[in-house]
Amino acid sequence: MSPENNNHKQEKILAAVEAALERYGARREELIPILSDINRTLGYLPPEALNEVSKRLKEPHSQVMSVASFYQMLSTKPRGKHVVQFCESAPCHVVGGREVWEALQEHLHLEAGETSPDGQWTLVTVSCLGLCSVGPVIVVDEDVYGNVTPERVPEILARYR
Amino acid sequence: MKMIRSMVLVSGDVISLERGAEQVFQALQTAVQDFGLSDEVSVMMIGDVGRHDALPMVIVYPEAVVYGPVRPEDVRYLVEEHLYKGRIATDLLAPVRELSGRIAWVAARKGTLPAEQRIVLRRVGLINPDDIEEYILHDGYSALGKVLTEMTPNEVIEEIKKSGLRGRGGAGFPTGVKWSFVAREKSEKKYIICNADESEPGTFKDRIILEGDPHSIIEAMAIAGYAVGADEGYIYVRGEYLLAQERLRRAIEQAREMGFLGKNIFGTQFNFDIHIHTGAGAYICGEETALIESIEGKRGQPRSRPPFPTTYGLWGKPTVVNNVETLANVPPILLNGADWYRRFGTPSSPGTKVYTILGNVNVTGVIEVPMGITLREVISIYAKGMKGGAAFKLAQTGGSSGSLIPASLQDTPMDFDSYAKAGVALGSGALLICDENTCVVDLVKVLMNFFRKESCGKCNPCRIGTQRAYEIMCAIAEGRGKMEDLDHLLWLSENMYLLSNCGLGQTAGTPIKDMLKHFRAEVEAHIALQVCPTGVCKIKAFA
Repeated sequence: MSPENNNHKQEKILAAVEAALERYGARREELIPILSDINRTLGYLPPEALNEVSKRLKEPHSQVMSVASFYQMLSTKPRGKHVVQFCESAPCHVVGGREVWEALQEHLHLEAGETSPDGQWTLVTVSCLGLCSVGPVIVVDEDVYGNVTPERVPEILARYR
Repeated sequence: MKMIRSMVLVSGDVISLERGAEQVFQALQTAVQDFGLSDEVSVMMIGDVGRHDALPMVIVYPEAVVYGPVRPEDVRYLVEEHLYKGRIATDLLAPVRELSGRIAWVAARKGTLPAEQRIVLRRVGLINPDDIEEYILHDGYSALGKVLTEMTPNEVIEEIKKSGLRGRGGAGFPTGVKWSFVAREKSEKKYIICNADESEPGTFKDRIILEGDPHSIIEAMAIAGYAVGADEGYIYVRGEYLLAQERLRRAIEQAREMGFLGKNIFGTQFNFDIHIHTGAGAYICGEETALIESIEGKRGQPRSRPPFPTTYGLWGKPTVVNNVETLANVPPILLNGADWYRRFGTPSSPGTKVYTILGNVNVTGVIEVPMGITLREVISIYAKGMKGGAAFKLAQTGGSSGSLIPASLQDTPMDFDSYAKAGVALGSGALLICDENTCVVDLVKVLMNFFRKESCGKCNPCRIGTQRAYEIMCAIAEGRGKMEDLDHLLWLSENMYLLSNCGLGQTAGTPIKDMLKHFRAEVEAHIALQVCPTGVCKIKAFA
């Protein structure tokens, strides 16, 4: 990465941290909302962001990291442009979830937790999303799809290509 | 002059929205205007209607005719037929024949099955959740007014105790007793927490309440605050429930504007305010001490108990933690009295229970019925039977940590005590109904995978036990299992129950125990014969 590019990236990260602290206040008890906010803006939590949050909250880096790595909706690794979440809990499983999962893997050429080399897709499995009466359920970015069948998978993914 | 004769509701849950409910809503408004009906027909977008078999749905009152799934291009015809010409547009009716397009809970159907008894959900689907005035019109905030002006805190607690209300989060602890523990603590500061971190797989009753009737929770929390002497409350909503968060935020703002939250509520000395805290995806945060840790901005790992939150809770202060459904029961009890509430349900478990019905049945969704109904009644009456006429094999009650109920226990009344006597747990109210094509080994494998991932890792029995149980279940499912594995599984399940720090680890072994108690032959077939009787597990025969 060129130095200008790198600077640009740094600025973007610091701006995201600044905005989150502005919104929730630089207080320890707001750590989870702050990290969620940064995660939403940047797609994940880069080390620079965690460092900055730790400095600003005057909280040891280990404490910030321990929260960032605990919650499923926070990611410390870069994610693709679109994140596909598949519910792997029992209610979706017994109404055809397994076949949908196979179709997702086949169409995206990804295993659980992987990001495609072109940075377009991340495929993750999640626990129950609370939409069990319309299972199997998948979520692409923030859009929810219910009663998904293997046949519907390519059509849903095509909306994001 | 406006004389509203018909009310048209559009389902506005997330699935309906994805399927174009917004466009249907707009098309309805346009069509109503085009037919010159604006002064007699009101069109509203509501929350989750509680049925999910034909979304988006359009419901027309007072006739209570349910149409669905409705596409934007159907709307003009629907308005012309039903609202203009006054006849039901039969070809657009929702598909459940037996209900003939009518919703079960409206007054018109009283006395005929399948009627429901809606106390908690009485307003859900009937009012606009974003409008506080509609809530007030339907008895909203009158319980709070009555409590603040006519009752002492002690009388409130006694009334809740007398009603026999028990926690609806799964454990069934008497609510009034919990409140009295906090009330007797001498502390300057106390807190009320509403546990809306509904992550138990198969459970979405709390989401329906939050999305459809958010003010009922605000009112109940204020009442709880008055009863125990707290002036601050937190609602902990799971991060995935975006719509519920949005509706709660709006509801809190409106309640503040109208003076139902804030200082000197109803002109009394009582002050109360509520904050929303959103989770970030962790099943364990439904455990009350993990939830408290999470509100304080830490990893959601359960504390050691005792001390219990009633003495040492949020920021070390005495704290009431109540489930959403439990709280939603509070205003109607105080408005109508404990005796009224005891008319529903069984003597030891009064009131109603909200169940979510899922799995291989014809109608999935949510129902509210008196405690003590049986599983057979739920399947045949409310779920309209098994899908494709298949045979019932088992049901899992109460999410992942719940019990596996075999067909032989179908007629046991579903209340806390009858289930406890039968050696099974009622849990949170999820009813996952599985047919004969479900492999019990495959199902338990999925459940163990869930626990292995959701274990917080704080204590060894749970962290290692759930992982080991998953590995053994995988081996059995792949035909690599041994007979002695079954003893090992039982040993693990027993140890997790005895040695784990919190409810997650203590209940993680329940499905294993039930599987070996009721379906041992099927598990043994995987090991001894290398055969999956239902053909679900991919065993390479004679490899």
